Amino acid sequence: MDITRRDFFKGTAAGGLLLAAGSAPEARAAGGHASDPLGMLYDSNLCIGCQACMTACKKANNMPAEHAGRFDYWDNPIDLSAKTLNIIKMYREGDEFAFIKRQCMHCLEPACASACPVSALRKDPETGVVRYDPSACIGCRYCQVVCPYNIPKFEWNDPFPQIVKCQLCDHLFDKGHYAACCEFCPTGASLFGPVERLEQEARRRLTLKPGEYSEFPVNHIESGPRKRRMVKPYLDHIYGADELGGSQCMILAGTDFSLLGLPGLREKSYVSDLEGVTEGLYKYLLLPVAALGGLVYLVRKRGVHD
Amino acid sequence: MSQARSLGGKVFTIPFILGILVLLLAFLFTVKRFVYGLGPVSGMNDGFPWGLWITYDVNVGTALACGGYSMAILIYIFNKGEYSPLLKPAVLTSLLGYTLAAVSIFIDIGRYWNMFNIFMPWHANVHSAMLEVAACIAAYVLVLWIEFAPVFLKRLNIPDLESKLNKMLFFFIALGMLLPTMHQSSLGSLMILAGSKLSPLYWSKLLPFYFLVAAILLGYAIVIFETSVSGVAFNNTHEVRLLRKLSGVVPWIVGIFLLFRFQDIVARDAFHLMFQGDLTGNMFLLENLLLVAALVWLIPAANRRSAKKVLWGAVLVLFGAGLYRFNAYITGFEPGNGWHYFPTVAELLITFGIIAIEILGYLWIVKRFPVLHLPERSGSTA
Repeated sequence: MDITRRDFFKGTAAGGLLLAAGSAPEARAAGGHASDPLGMLYDSNLCIGCQACMTACKKANNMPAEHAGRFDYWDNPIDLSAKTLNIIKMYREGDEFAFIKRQCMHCLEPACASACPVSALRKDPETGVVRYDPSACIGCRYCQVVCPYNIPKFEWNDPFPQIVKCQLCDHLFDKGHYAACCEFCPTGASLFGPVERLEQEARRRLTLKPGEYSEFPVNHIESGPRKRRMVKPYLDHIYGADELGGSQCMILAGTDFSLLGLPGLREKSYVSDLEGVTEGLYKYLLLPVAALGGLVYLVRKRGVHD
Repeated sequence: MSQARSLGGKVFTIPFILGILVLLLAFLFTVKRFVYGLGPVSGMNDGFPWGLWITYDVNVGTALACGGYSMAILIYIFNKGEYSPLLKPAVLTSLLGYTLAAVSIFIDIGRYWNMFNIFMPWHANVHSAMLEVAACIAAYVLVLWIEFAPVFLKRLNIPDLESKLNKMLFFFIALGMLLPTMHQSSLGSLMILAGSKLSPLYWSKLLPFYFLVAAILLGYAIVIFETSVSGVAFNNTHEVRLLRKLSGVVPWIVGIFLLFRFQDIVARDAFHLMFQGDLTGNMFLLENLLLVAALVWLIPAANRRSAKKVLWGAVLVLFGAGLYRFNAYITGFEPGNGWHYFPTVAELLITFGIIAIEILGYLWIVKRFPVLHLPERSGSTA
């Protein structure tokens, strides 16, 4: 049986699938599964590497330019950093090349949110965006240790540092805008919208025949324009749909994902592994309290050794 | 009964003054860290966000500070009261180790002014192993100071407070066995979430179990080490005799640890990874060679009769089990993307400073406060 992302959401909403794996507290730990999850579909086949998304991202999030490359005249980061939330990279092998966009995947079971001791990283209950709250953060950087995509970045050169990561420009949602990278993408390679619709679109693209023409939505899957283009061959995999429990950002490509720098990951999240262990030991603190009782009894019986 | 009493003698010896110099250097770099941020003093980066301070000072350091915990288990749970002369010095090393680990954490965390959010229920993420580690370590530092307070109170001559405290002490001793069980295992649970970034030689759902066993093991090893060294340095042969018996416990724990680890690695098809010749594989081999050597060394009863050989066995365990915890945090950790980490001189010096405070603190306290059971005034209890 093929479980689609939509079924998955329905399953969780009905309290089925995840409850079996780890129960309601698990969903709370990750901020709950969002009511209206928003996400992104990046299609490497449509990307022309213009980096308009990177400029738009910096503007929308008021981020400084970064001079990591050879020249310092313009913004030219070589990777994600505390100054760069979104980056387009290129893979080249002979005449073949492919682009890849990296930013926060907004996992359905985010390890960073599960890890954070002070709930500074949480999933927004409505949009599912993994948000950062600097007023809670203690700077322990455990989120960085556990993120399978190495997304959260730390301001190493600041005595009053913060964790920095993509939040899908959710500060612009109220103003009728959305993730700037998608809003300013000229080709539709970065496409914004409800996760469910995006996954349908991704599945549709996988059924298209290379060489034929098809309509591709641009910017926003619901409100954006559509452009007719020739279909390039896709690998039959939606990266991010099932990796570690799935995420709200998905990637399509015609080049092997590992060559594009994306880690090969299993489907079961490590969050569920950990919560299996911690729930067994610490649920309602029954075990520690019982153990303390036993220890108090033993110490009294043996007498305090000086 | 032998009596614990202060050792006396000069505190400001030449090694002590050298230690203070190391401390001053470490202090300068600590100032730099707070003025310029973590980047300019450390080799840590976005791929390796935890460096020497978390890996060694906290993760290995608190395990090395489990002497008090391990001895309490032996004395109270297994009812081996004869080991009680070893308890107080062990609690002292625990007190210093844990307190300094807390200082390390304060230096390491980026947003230290928000530190108290750990204790604010509205911020708490009860599913975070990190919350458990942080809250438990903080609580345990407090418990250790209370457990050790009678020693200070005796010296300061506040008998009223001392007798009141003694009446409640049983509760803190019990708490002092519960808390390390919780956070020492949770230090292992932390790396479960690292998932794909931790080598299959180290990643396991049993991480909390391994970390707990390693902590108990390091606890016994450090008690043997510290007692042997102070026995030679302060000419105190009384406590050394107890160590021979204590060393009989160690091979059992090493054996169980190795058995579980290797079964687990074979079950997860990770066996071949140790022979890959990379840093992770080589460090794994080194760690396990040390542990196997410790096992082989300490099994024959003849070896356990010699104080010197017992000390060597303890040293093997210290490096073997210490390396296990070190490797599980850093050499087995591979974030990919070409990231690498090596500690800077400043980072190393701050760690040396932390170790210096531990040694200086130990020397000062045993010379001025009644900690060690010294032979001159009494007979043997062993």
